[in-house]
Amino acid sequence: MKNSRKIVLLGLLIALTSNIFSQTVIKGKVLSKKQPLPGISITLKDTYDGTTTDSLGTFKFTTTEKGEFTLTITGIGFAPFEQKVTLPSNQPIVLEINLKEDVTELNAVILSAGTFEAGDKKRAAVMSSIDIATTAGSNADISAALKTLPGTQQVGEQEGLFVRGGTGYETKQYIDGNLVNNPYATSVPDIATRGRFSPFLFKGTVFSTGGYSALYGQALSSVLLLESIDLPEKSEVDASFSPIILGLGTQQLAKNKKSSYGFSYNYVNVGLYFAAIKQTPDYFKMPQFHSGDANFRIKTKNGGMLKYYTTFSYSNLGLRRPDIDSSYLKDAFSLNNTNWYNNLSYKGNLSKGWKMTLGASFSTNLDKIQQQVQDAADQPKQFASNVYWMNNKNFTLHNLQNLYLGRAVFEKKIKGLSAWRFGSEYWRMDYRPTFNNAVYKLIDNYSALFTEASIYLSKDLAAQIGTRFEHSSIINKSDIAPRVSLAYKTGKKAQVSLAYGIFYQKPEATQLYAGTNVGFTKAIHYIASYQKTDNDRNFRTEVYYKKYRDLIKQVPVSSSYTTYNNSGDGYAKGVDVFFRDKKTVKNLDYWVSYSYIDTKRNYNNFPDLLQPNFAANHNVSIVTKRFFTEMKSGFNLTYSWASGRPYYNILADVNNKYYIADQGKAKTYNNLSFSAEWIPSLGKENPKSFIVLFASVNNILGANNVYGYNYSYNGNFKEPVTPTSKRFYFIGCFISWGVDRTQDAINNNL
Amino acid sequence: MKKSIFLFLAAFSFTAAFSQSEKYTAAMKKNLALFDSAKTAASYTAMANTFERIGDAEKTQWAPYYYAALALSSVGWMPETSDKDANAEKMLAFCTKAEALAPDNAAKSEIETVRNMASTQQMMVNPQARWATYGKAAGEALQKAMTLNANNPRAYYLQGMSLMGTPAAFGGGKDKAKPVFEKAIELYKAEKPATLYPDWGKKQAEEALAQCQ
Repeated sequence: MKNSRKIVLLGLLIALTSNIFSQTVIKGKVLSKKQPLPGISITLKDTYDGTTTDSLGTFKFTTTEKGEFTLTITGIGFAPFEQKVTLPSNQPIVLEINLKEDVTELNAVILSAGTFEAGDKKRAAVMSSIDIATTAGSNADISAALKTLPGTQQVGEQEGLFVRGGTGYETKQYIDGNLVNNPYATSVPDIATRGRFSPFLFKGTVFSTGGYSALYGQALSSVLLLESIDLPEKSEVDASFSPIILGLGTQQLAKNKKSSYGFSYNYVNVGLYFAAIKQTPDYFKMPQFHSGDANFRIKTKNGGMLKYYTTFSYSNLGLRRPDIDSSYLKDAFSLNNTNWYNNLSYKGNLSKGWKMTLGASFSTNLDKIQQQVQDAADQPKQFASNVYWMNNKNFTLHNLQNLYLGRAVFEKKIKGLSAWRFGSEYWRMDYRPTFNNAVYKLIDNYSALFTEASIYLSKDLAAQIGTRFEHSSIINKSDIAPRVSLAYKTGKKAQVSLAYGIFYQKPEATQLYAGTNVGFTKAIHYIASYQKTDNDRNFRTEVYYKKYRDLIKQVPVSSSYTTYNNSGDGYAKGVDVFFRDKKTVKNLDYWVSYSYIDTKRNYNNFPDLLQPNFAANHNVSIVTKRFFTEMKSGFNLTYSWASGRPYYNILADVNNKYYIADQGKAKTYNNLSFSAEWIPSLGKENPKSFIVLFASVNNILGANNVYGYNYSYNGNFKEPVTPTSKRFYFIGCFISWGVDRTQDAINNNL
Repeated sequence: MKKSIFLFLAAFSFTAAFSQSEKYTAAMKKNLALFDSAKTAASYTAMANTFERIGDAEKTQWAPYYYAALALSSVGWMPETSDKDANAEKMLAFCTKAEALAPDNAAKSEIETVRNMASTQQMMVNPQARWATYGKAAGEALQKAMTLNANNPRAYYLQGMSLMGTPAAFGGGKDKAKPVFEKAIELYKAEKPATLYPDWGKKQAEEALAQCQ
C-alpha cells in the first residue's frame, strides 16, 4: 500500500517537472504572394499560447503543452490556415506559412462590363437611389435620370431608353426578376411619357448597357433591373401636394419589424398647369391620371422575403394638332388607359448553400385610342376611299394586352463568391386588339431555361459563363444565347472587364399581326471596359462593338398592305466615358458622361444601311449637385448636349420599293435643367414630420430643341417635332409623418 | 487509505480548477494593463489576437472577446488603417461571440458600445452614402446600450463624440455634446465596475468636455 502511494506521488512529480522543463519553441514566417504579413494571429488551439507576426511577418513563441495540437493562423482578409503539431519537441518547430487572400464582396473584382448600378449598399454603384430623384431634369423619373449616363440617347419624342444604337423597345425592364410589360404610360404621338414606377419603390437599380447576364433575355440592347425595397424603416403616412399632383399613402411596419403593408393613391391633373404654361397641342381633354397601389412584405423564419406589389391606374387625355396635309384640318387624338400590374416574389435560403427566387406576375393594360381628322369647327371629317392617306388618320384602336408570368431561379454557393445559378421562366402574352372593328388575337407562350456560373479564380480574376435557351410559340422558333464575361483587377481600385454575348428578341406585336412567319432578331455584343473606383471618385470607360442580324424589315406589297421578314441587319460601335467626383470641390458632387457612337442599321422601311433617326453621334451630360447643410437645401444643375440626329422621309415608289425622298440632320440638342430641394426638418431630433419642398425647371435657357421632322403625304412640307412647351416647371411639397419603430424593436428583443 | 488518495485527488483537481480561473484572471489583468501602453496599430492588433486566444481557449468568458473587439476599435480609429470595413466586420464578429456569453445587461450594454464604434467607423468610410445605413446602425447600438444599462458612462461618452462630429444643421455640435459629456463624467465618477468589466473612457470624456468649453 505504501508503495502504491509512492508511485502516485512519483508520477505526479514526473508530470509536473516535465511540464516545467519540456518547453517547445514554435517560430516561423507568414507570407502571402511572397510578401510578409504583419498582424497575423498564431494560436495553439484551445490554449493561451500563441503570438502575432511582426512587421517582417515573423513570429516566435514557446509552449509547455504536450500532445497533439492544432496551430491556427488567422488574419483579416485571409483564409484561415491550420497545421497539426506534436508537442513537446526538442527541436524548435519552424514553419513558413503561405496564406491565401479571402475572396469577399469587398475586395473581389466585379463582373461589371456594360453595367451601371445604382443602390445604397452596392460597392460598384455609380448612383444611389436618392440620386435618381435629385438629378435635375429627371423629376424623379428613373429613365430620365439614367439618360445622364453614357450609352443613352436624348430621345424626347418617345419613351424608352435608347441604348448604344438600339431602339426604345430593345431595352426591357424587370422588377425583382419579372419582366414588366408596360413600364411606361401609353405612348402619345411625339411625346415621351413617364415611367409608371417611382424610384422610391426600389433599393437597387442595375442598368446594363450591354452584355448582360443569361438570367435575362428578349432585349437586344439593354436591361433595367429594378429591385424593390424589403421592409420599410418605419411606419409612416405620406402626402404630396403640388398644382399637378395630390397624393396620400401609408406604410405600416409591424412592431416586430418582420412584416409590413402599405397603400397609396395619387391623382394627377395638369389642367391648372396647362392653363398657366401654354402648350403647343390643344388639349381638349386635360390629361388626368388616377393611380393606386398596395403592397405587403413578409420576412419569413429562415431569412426569406415574400413581397407583393400591385398598382392600378386609370388615365384619360385628348389633344389636337394641326393636320400636316391641310391648312385648316386638325388631328384629334384621344387616349383612355387602364393598367393593372401585380408582382409577387419570394427569395429564400434553402439548406446547404442553396438559394431560391420565385416570381409570378400578372398585368393587364387596356388602351382605348381614337384619332379623328376634324375641321375648323372640331367636327369629324370623312374622306373618299381613294384619299386613303387621310382616311388612315381616322381610326379607333382598343388594345388589350395581358401578360402572365412565372419564374424560378436557384443558386448554389460553391466557394467564396463563386456560385452556380439555373432557372426557368414562362411568359404568356395574350393580346387582343380591335382596330376599326377588326378583331385580332395574338397569343405567345414563351419559355426559357438558363444557367450561369460565376467563378472567382482569385480575388483578382473572375469569369461568368452562362447560356440561355428560349422558345417562342407564336413564331415557333428556338434559340440558344451564350453569354461570357471576364473581369481582372489591375490594381487595388482598378480593373478591366470583357463581355461577349448573343441576344435574341422576338418581333414586336405590331409586326406579328401582319404575319408570324418571322424569326428572332439577333444582336452580338463585344465589350471591353476599364474602371477605377475610389470612394469619392469613379472613372470608367468602355468600348463596344455590336452586330445586329435578322432585324425586321417591312416589305410593302401594295399601298395598303405590308409584310415583314428578317432580312435587316446593322452595327453599332463606340466609346462611353463616365467620371464622377465628389472630392475635388468640397461639397460639390458631379458627374460627366460622354458617348460617341457610330451606328447604322437596315430595318423597318430603311432602303439601305442608315444611321437611325434616334441616334446622335455625340452625347454629353454634366450633372452637378450641391447641398448646403446650413441652409438645409440642395441645388442641382444638369446640362445635356447631343449632336444633331438624322431624319428621313422614306416613301415607296410605284414598284413598292422604299427610297429616301428627303433627308437631313436636325440641329444639336441643348438642355440645362435646374432643381432644388429644401428640407426644413433636417437635423431636428425626433421630428414628428419630415418635409421636403421641391422645385424644378427643365430647359431653363429655352433652347428650341427639334427631335426630328414629320412629313406631309406628298413630301412637300415638313414640320419639326418639338417638346409640347419650351420649359417644364414643377413645384411640390412632400410630407411624411413617421413612427420610428426602432425603440419598440429594441425593447421587444431585450 | 483509498479514501485519502481520493480526497487528495479531489483536492488536487479542485486546485487545478481554481488555478485555471486564477490563470484566466491573471492573464486578463496582465493583458489589460497593456491597453495603457499600446500606441500602434500593430500593438493593438497583437492585443486583439491575444484576447481572441484567451476567449477561444476559455469558451465561456465574454470579456476576452469584448476586449479583442475593443482593441480592434483602436485600430479602426487610426487614419492609416486601410480596410476599415474588414476591421469593423471582425469587431462585430467578436461582439456576437461576446454577447452569446454575456452574463448580465451591464456586459451586454458594454458590447453595444463597441458595436456603435464598429458601425461609426464603417459610416466614416463614406459618410454621405453610408449615413442612412451604418449611421443608423450606430445610433441603434447606442440606444440599446443605454436601454440595457442607463448608467453606462461609455454610452454617453460615445453619444457625445457622435454629437460633436455631427454638423449643427443636422442636430449636432459642441453645444449639444457638452451636457452629454457632463452626464458621462458624472456616471464615470459613480461607476464601480465588477472584476474584468471595462472602465475606460473617463479621461477621454474629460478631454472632450474641455474642447466643448
